[in-house]
Amino acid sequence: MRPKHKRLVFVGIGLGLLGFAAVLVLSAIRESVVFFHSPTEVAEQRTAVDRRMRLGGLVENGSIERGQGAQIRFRVTDFANAIPVTYTGVLPDLFREGQGVVVEGHLRDGVFIADQVLAKHDENYMPPEVADALKKSGQWQHMKESMQQAGQMPGKGTP
Amino acid sequence: MHKYANPTLFLRVSALLVPWLAAATLLLLTAGLYLALLASPPDYQQGESVRIMYVHVPAAWMALFCYTSMATASAIGLIWRHPIAELTAKATAPIGASFTFLALLTGSLWGKPMWGAWWVWDARLTSVLILFFLYLGYMALENAFDDPVRGNRAAAILALVGIVNVPIIKFSVDWWNTLHQPASVVRLDGPAIHPSMLAPLLVMAAAFTCYYLWVVLLRVQSEIIAGKIRGLRLRQAHG
Amino acid sequence: MSFVEMGGYAAYVWPAFGATAVVLTVLVATSLRSLRVRKQILEGLQRDGEAGRVACGRKSAT
Repeated sequence: MRPKHKRLVFVGIGLGLLGFAAVLVLSAIRESVVFFHSPTEVAEQRTAVDRRMRLGGLVENGSIERGQGAQIRFRVTDFANAIPVTYTGVLPDLFREGQGVVVEGHLRDGVFIADQVLAKHDENYMPPEVADALKKSGQWQHMKESMQQAGQMPGKGTP
Repeated sequence: MHKYANPTLFLRVSALLVPWLAAATLLLLTAGLYLALLASPPDYQQGESVRIMYVHVPAAWMALFCYTSMATASAIGLIWRHPIAELTAKATAPIGASFTFLALLTGSLWGKPMWGAWWVWDARLTSVLILFFLYLGYMALENAFDDPVRGNRAAAILALVGIVNVPIIKFSVDWWNTLHQPASVVRLDGPAIHPSMLAPLLVMAAAFTCYYLWVVLLRVQSEIIAGKIRGLRLRQAHG
Repeated sequence: MSFVEMGGYAAYVWPAFGATAVVLTVLVATSLRSLRVRKQILEGLQRDGEAGRVACGRKSAT
């Protein structure tokens, strides 16, 4: 075998082994790489209670209640379960009803006490006029549903 | 293949290409900036802050593109001992590192107003930070040896090992739930981005690609000349 | 709202574009300078080399 063929085989085998090792490692750490848990996972107590964690889903429509000062209450839903959240502080600009949100804090007596609220946005970009036109023509809901089915919205827990 | 490995021929061809690439970069950048800052609409959710996308996304694409080029050139250099490939890998590293740095920085500037955080440790952001460290590690290893050939080979092996990170970055938003949103442009069922916002994005990406080709040619030329200088000095030292 | 204000996001949009401009400019400038400097060094060495060879040639001729 000529030296360059030998080196080709070495590099090939090396990359193959490396890929295999990467797949093993990635499947082993799968759970811990998850950035947030869905309301269903939290409701079914599949996450440790009383530990700091992140809860991700959609801000339920009509659930936002503003309290005194900067206090706010809302519910985070994945359409199967909803968890009430309380938070006091500054909200990101994208925070609104029906939008993705990731809250960090802990669960106490069924209420999630958040000390940080992060907004998650979807992968759709369009001018405001186009969004209005879509909403008027009734295609809006259809688009959101297809995105949820594709698992691209927070709320539907990733498999 | 070794026909193009002739450094003198490479110098001649790249000297012809450089002015055209420089002109194309400047032209595309001008058009891209006009589209990105003036001619494109604000986003229905993110308002004017969406304009950060037009530098953030092309920079992130280039970070991955440069790494893939660097690893491919490293493999060709390792296997076929192709001198131009070895120098291309070396020349690509600082460009890729710059694009990765810009992707991280502009992402942070975008994340603060939209998400509410400069940085989060989700799978996408963390894997891109690792990419940045891979570039830095490559450059450090390349310079850690007195013998440039050995340094180049050690760094090439690191580049090949690090290639596993590239698919992890691309698919991190699909494999795990992350704060970073999934892909908008490169996805199976077509872009989820309005054409009026896709156009500046693609023009900026083309500008960054031309920029990469331009600068990588300059740096490879510079490396070839550095090699000639080393050779001449050795010959003179040994009389 | 004016162009410069960027709908209130000026503090984020302009630094993003500014940093990109600075980093890309610095990278191309250092690449160009290193190429120019090395070209000069090489030319100098080649000139010295030729001068040396000419000198050697004279020496051996005499």
